[in-house]
Amino acid sequence: MHKSFGHVEVLKGIDLTVAPREVMCIVGPSGSGKSTFLRCINHLERIDAGRLSVNGHLVGYREKGGRLHELRDSEVAAQRREIGMVFQRFNLFPHMTALENVVEAPVQVKGVSKAEARERGAALLERVGLADRMHNYPNQLSGGQQQRVAIARALAMEPMLMLFDEPTSALDPELVGEVLDVMRGLAADGMTMVVVTHEMGFAREVGDTLVFMDDGVVVEAGDPKQVLTDPQHERTRAFLSKVL
Amino acid sequence: MDPDTSTTPAPPEQIRAVPVRHPGRWIAAAVIAVLAAMFVHMLVTNPVFQWDFMVENMFSDAVLRGARTTLIMTVLAMVIGILLGIVLAVMRLSANPEVSGAAWVYIWFFRAIPRIVLLFFVASLGALYARYEFGFPFDQQLMDLFGFQGDWRLFGFDGNEIFKGFVAGLIGLALSEAAYMAEIVRAGIQSVDPGQAEAAHALGMSRGKTMRRIVLPQAMRVIIPPTGNETIAMLKDTALLVAVPVTTELNFQLRAIGTRTFQVIPMAVASILWYLALASLLMVGQYFLERRFSRGFGNRETRQQRAARRARDVGSTH
Repeated sequence: MHKSFGHVEVLKGIDLTVAPREVMCIVGPSGSGKSTFLRCINHLERIDAGRLSVNGHLVGYREKGGRLHELRDSEVAAQRREIGMVFQRFNLFPHMTALENVVEAPVQVKGVSKAEARERGAALLERVGLADRMHNYPNQLSGGQQQRVAIARALAMEPMLMLFDEPTSALDPELVGEVLDVMRGLAADGMTMVVVTHEMGFAREVGDTLVFMDDGVVVEAGDPKQVLTDPQHERTRAFLSKVL
Repeated sequence: MDPDTSTTPAPPEQIRAVPVRHPGRWIAAAVIAVLAAMFVHMLVTNPVFQWDFMVENMFSDAVLRGARTTLIMTVLAMVIGILLGIVLAVMRLSANPEVSGAAWVYIWFFRAIPRIVLLFFVASLGALYARYEFGFPFDQQLMDLFGFQGDWRLFGFDGNEIFKGFVAGLIGLALSEAAYMAEIVRAGIQSVDPGQAEAAHALGMSRGKTMRRIVLPQAMRVIIPPTGNETIAMLKDTALLVAVPVTTELNFQLRAIGTRTFQVIPMAVASILWYLALASLLMVGQYFLERRFSRGFGNRETRQQRAARRARDVGSTH
């Protein structure tokens, strides 16, 4: 797939496949197109060429009679229910408590009853270790706690794919661990995940595939241990020597 | 450093410095006290104020009814203005250029027209058409074209009946207010971090739900203070209803007593006091609204947190 902003082509032909239960980590210098690629997967950005499908369905389009038709907003919204997303800047709803953040989408989008959604939401917050913070507003939580609420909020929609856009980049170093622990747990439970990250340790330990992107192309992809210890390309080697 | 307590020096002495003197404050206080005394002296000694007469007349039935009309007009004009303003703001931010353009033209027109001019015009609409009817556009022209008789109208009303008094005033003020509110709401919506809408979309929420549940509640924090200003401005602008005219309104009633009895000053002062009281009332309402929509932004504890703290406090006393 390809993607341009105006005349600038930011993704110059990305061809990747993520298998169910696979954890794919994407690394690379900033401006390489990692986040843009992730945002294309749930149609926050539209692609300009190629095909991108999730679970066998094209994202944002329908193919009929040999032509692509754009999906309506409601159809795009329906597709996004299947895909959870966690943002670098958390993007929690500041006017709602942690529990209300988690409960919002199941009630408003899926029509789950409030009582049931609260019960499930409380269980999810407990799972990310925030049972005692349920009634706090986001601004009363630390960055790590906010990001864990954001993960619980995405999980509440029971997605089959989770996208993480640099989930620990906005955190103080000492808070990174608690978020990675939650993500490690998710991976162990068999969630399919695409993670844009700078945490090489996490990529090595949890990732099934490591993708190194630079300047809008995939330079190298493969087993994380292989790529990290014995990179095949000069660009990968140069990048890794700076971050490791 | 050895943290041995026996060798720790005594804590340093508390600072008892001589504070900076502020002679300017004493001078200012003296000047203001003298000016205030002069003002009170004028109020008490000038017989034109006629305080007894004012108190006697400022709470007459007609005046109380006038205050009620003024308040109802303020609230109704603001409610319609806010609702229409939200619609216009959403239209203005629409990706559809026709819809956005139409909202722009509305705002351009109604912000440019002085309210008193608009009120005169609405009150004269009965002279533009004696009867206003709603139905299929160009029905008579089309009927003529195809050689039929008659028209295709659903309902109508008499222009001179509708465009007068309270209703004419309400239409003029509400339409004008909508233009200002549209700009306030637009600024509020644009003040919300775009990441909020993105997060809502990523959760599968539709555009409408995202606007209603996520963006507008956060925009309210920015929208409410200027809306409070607008409400107080609207309260004052009800005095412009003399242009329609609406004779049941507060200022008209007070002035009528003044001119009838030749006691203009007491009734003008009564008018000032009435508007002061009503505006203060509206400010109290604004305070509570602002508190409601600042959830998650201050450091106030939530109801559940307060309950938990109380439970802890009670537990610790035993």
